[in-house]
Amino acid sequence: MTESIRRLEELDFGAEPMVIEVGPSHPAMHGITRFRCEVDGEVILSMEADIGYLHRGFEKEAEASTYIQVIPYTDRLNYVSPLINNVGYSIAAEKLFSIEVPRRAEFTRVIMMEISRITDHLTCNGATAMEVGAMSMFLWYVKAREYLWECVEEMTGARLTTNWTRIGGNANDVPDGFLTMLEDRLQKVSDVLDEGEKLVVKNKIFIDRLKNVGILSKERCMAHAFSGPMARAAGIAYDVRRSDPYSVYDELDFEIPLGTVGDCYDRYLVRQAEMRQSMHIIRQAIDMLPPGEFMSYDRRASLPRKHEVYGSIEGLIDHFKIVMDGPKPPPGEAYAAVEGGNGELGFYLVSDGTGRPVKCRVRPPCFNYVAAMEEMTVGHYIADIVPIFGSINMIGGELER
Amino acid sequence: MDILLHPAVMAIIKIAVIVLGFVMALGTVLTLMERKWMSAVQDRLGPNRANLGRFTGHGALHMAADGLKSIFKEDTIPKGADMVIFYMAPFFGFISAFVVWAVIPFAMPIGDFKFQITDVNIGVLLVLAMTSLGVYGAVLAGWSSNNKYALLGAARASAQMLSYEIFLGLSLVGLFMVYGTVQVGTLVEAQNTYWFGDVIPKWGIFTQPVAFLLFFAAMLAESKRVPFDAPEGESEIIAGYFMEYSGMRWSAFMLAEYVTVVGIAGLTATLFLGGYNIPWLHADGFHLFGGHLPLPVWLIVLLQIGAFITKIVVLCWFIIITRWTIPKFRFDQTMALGWKKLLPVTLANVAVTALVLLAVDSF
Amino acid sequence: MSEETTQPAAAEETATETAIPALTALVQAQFSGAVQSHHHQHGDETLVISRDQALEIFRFLRDDPRCQFELMIDLTAVDHLPREPRFEVVVHLKSLALGHRLRVKILLGADDPSMDSIADLWSAANWYERECWDMYGITFNGHPKLKRLLMYEGFVGFPLRKDYEKTLAQPLVPMRPVRERYDYGEEYTATVTRQDAPGFFESDADAKPTE
Repeated sequence: MTESIRRLEELDFGAEPMVIEVGPSHPAMHGITRFRCEVDGEVILSMEADIGYLHRGFEKEAEASTYIQVIPYTDRLNYVSPLINNVGYSIAAEKLFSIEVPRRAEFTRVIMMEISRITDHLTCNGATAMEVGAMSMFLWYVKAREYLWECVEEMTGARLTTNWTRIGGNANDVPDGFLTMLEDRLQKVSDVLDEGEKLVVKNKIFIDRLKNVGILSKERCMAHAFSGPMARAAGIAYDVRRSDPYSVYDELDFEIPLGTVGDCYDRYLVRQAEMRQSMHIIRQAIDMLPPGEFMSYDRRASLPRKHEVYGSIEGLIDHFKIVMDGPKPPPGEAYAAVEGGNGELGFYLVSDGTGRPVKCRVRPPCFNYVAAMEEMTVGHYIADIVPIFGSINMIGGELER
Repeated sequence: MDILLHPAVMAIIKIAVIVLGFVMALGTVLTLMERKWMSAVQDRLGPNRANLGRFTGHGALHMAADGLKSIFKEDTIPKGADMVIFYMAPFFGFISAFVVWAVIPFAMPIGDFKFQITDVNIGVLLVLAMTSLGVYGAVLAGWSSNNKYALLGAARASAQMLSYEIFLGLSLVGLFMVYGTVQVGTLVEAQNTYWFGDVIPKWGIFTQPVAFLLFFAAMLAESKRVPFDAPEGESEIIAGYFMEYSGMRWSAFMLAEYVTVVGIAGLTATLFLGGYNIPWLHADGFHLFGGHLPLPVWLIVLLQIGAFITKIVVLCWFIIITRWTIPKFRFDQTMALGWKKLLPVTLANVAVTALVLLAVDSF
Repeated sequence: MSEETTQPAAAEETATETAIPALTALVQAQFSGAVQSHHHQHGDETLVISRDQALEIFRFLRDDPRCQFELMIDLTAVDHLPREPRFEVVVHLKSLALGHRLRVKILLGADDPSMDSIADLWSAANWYERECWDMYGITFNGHPKLKRLLMYEGFVGFPLRKDYEKTLAQPLVPMRPVRERYDYGEEYTATVTRQDAPGFFESDADAKPTE
């Protein structure tokens, strides 16, 4: 109870906090989330979150599918950065099988993951700016995202439901002309980022809306196991690409932008800086791209080359077994974490030797953030829910799988 | 013919021409132009699909399409809404938006005939009084909707509009001091005098630059346009006070908002940008540096009407572009801005104007 | 590490690989008998501990300066249906200061799937434990508010269990009555309707009954 309500109660007005529901259908709840807030005027006294509106049973489906059939389901987890999910799952599966991926495939994966990271951050920052009022920002960033979707479509065949990695490599090699197209598009995206920065980042109104809003101290961030841009904005230098390097990230040179205060403004700036770093990584990977195979055709886990399927009996049998029973890893378990757009995206696979996983767990980064939402919002205004929730970058597909 | 010269009939004809012919028309065009200019800012084309056969007119038919759509939409009334107030609320904003146009002149008076509906001697005060009534529109709409979000919007609207009316009035005090009158026709004519021997016109924006900015900001807050559209919310409280309105009632709010935008432009142009005046154009032609270009009266009147409409359209464009570029204020920031920053500046403006006038007069 | 030099004998007899990883040895030294088994397959160090000492072991892992696991990355459960013990709660931990990771597993039987809640140690565990309860029916003793998270309140069963029938038809939430309008009568009476379906939020219980 706040001071004002207590005083009104003393005067026998019968004042009590108002219960207001933000969501589930609300323009600023990215997807569907519901917060029930108790407010005193506009100040939030308490808040309870209700999620689960997009729960589609990813883990249950994965238990009924083969290890390769799970890959299209992973696209739909964090659907603005699908390739990161693809690669994360593939790394976990490759760990389980103990398969090594060829270097060319690793570098191509890095390129596609960083493109996905840029699209994720573009969506998040654009949406935050739009909800705070600068609606044109979202459309500019979506235009930039379109350039990147063109590149993704060139490589994988689809903009969002990419289904591109396989266990042991990728589905296809880099097409002709892709690298020049990518370089050209990155330049255009960089121009749009500059425009966006000029419009909002130094704008007094924008800074007033985002500064000192939704602060969570470093200790509370660690208690809530924050990772990704949320943790880095609070000053925690935790990036999975640095602390537990996977793929070829230990050979690439990039900086990790850190914030100081841990408010929404820092998170916005950290995402902006990370986009630039991602472009830097892509350019390095393009330069370092070695020739070679894009897939290690390990007979335990991948469909053989077509000429072997039609030309040799072993290839035919392998193809048949992989399609009918699925790849069969040795019994065991593996956990692989990648740095998703939101934070540490972990895949935990448990196998018992059959073709279906016993457990395929996705550790969603934004789960922790939405859990901490109450802590971040109490004491702020209703109007602050919007930038705080925007800075979390909750993606429904990832939160609720 | 004499019946036409009867003052009541003249007033009705003027109302028809100005309000229906100009303001409503411009308001309707603005509903389309808002979307077209918005798209220009956002790097896309905007509405261009509504067509009659093959005629699209770059989206001009969307105006008619929007109107028809609103008429045919279901008129939802929330259960538990206070019916009388729910019906009445859209009209307050509507009325106060239009009454502003009662005193705005479109061209210089020819003899006894004035190109404004009426030239009451309280001029601008009437405008201020009528904009105050606009508060009721938002507040009653939000209250009667039986909806917590609408209530929040209404609470925000009442606080914001009442506060910014104060700054609106105070920012004009300096203007009244400089020109010595509250009557609108006289104000506009007084802006046709010049400094430095006939070179720089004494428009409000030159005599009272700070008041121009304050007035513009205060009028934006009165009409709840971005960056002051906290009562409307749009990403926090969804639609704020007009959340439960649909169909033609919602259209009434929207149209009132666009007519208010035209009203802001009209008032700003009248008070600060010289109204219908073109620099160096006097009642008998152009006078500049001693040169004289005589022009027939009807041409001068046409030029003045054209200039006024151009000024209004440019200001409307500016208001609409502002909406789609800059972020909005949080509600407590709006109030803090008004009371902690604008009020001292307004009062200082009044004081400085008084001092300057005393100093000038004493020379 | 000092632990490996003080326990060379234990290393040879218990581990199948050449040496016990440092953390495993540390926990074994601190809590004798609590570690039921361990492995580090694919480079992930894993401990299987008994549920009785689970809370103390987690506290040790979080606070001891040699472990310093500030982040509880993941808490989930696995259902090995034909096998007994049936459930396995899997906790992944990460240390920022020292950089190491650990996986801790607690085996629970089907007759009593419950263990102590670690939500006091790491606030992140709060929602993860709720999800575990929602999906598997594993109770966490001492959790502040153990109720369904992803499923709706009237859901029947625990979906991720292996014996959950996928074709089970779930009960629908009944329509809730709308609040009636206020009567400005002689005295002010507000009619607040009690909701027929159990509300999801606790504040539903505060709704005042009709006069």
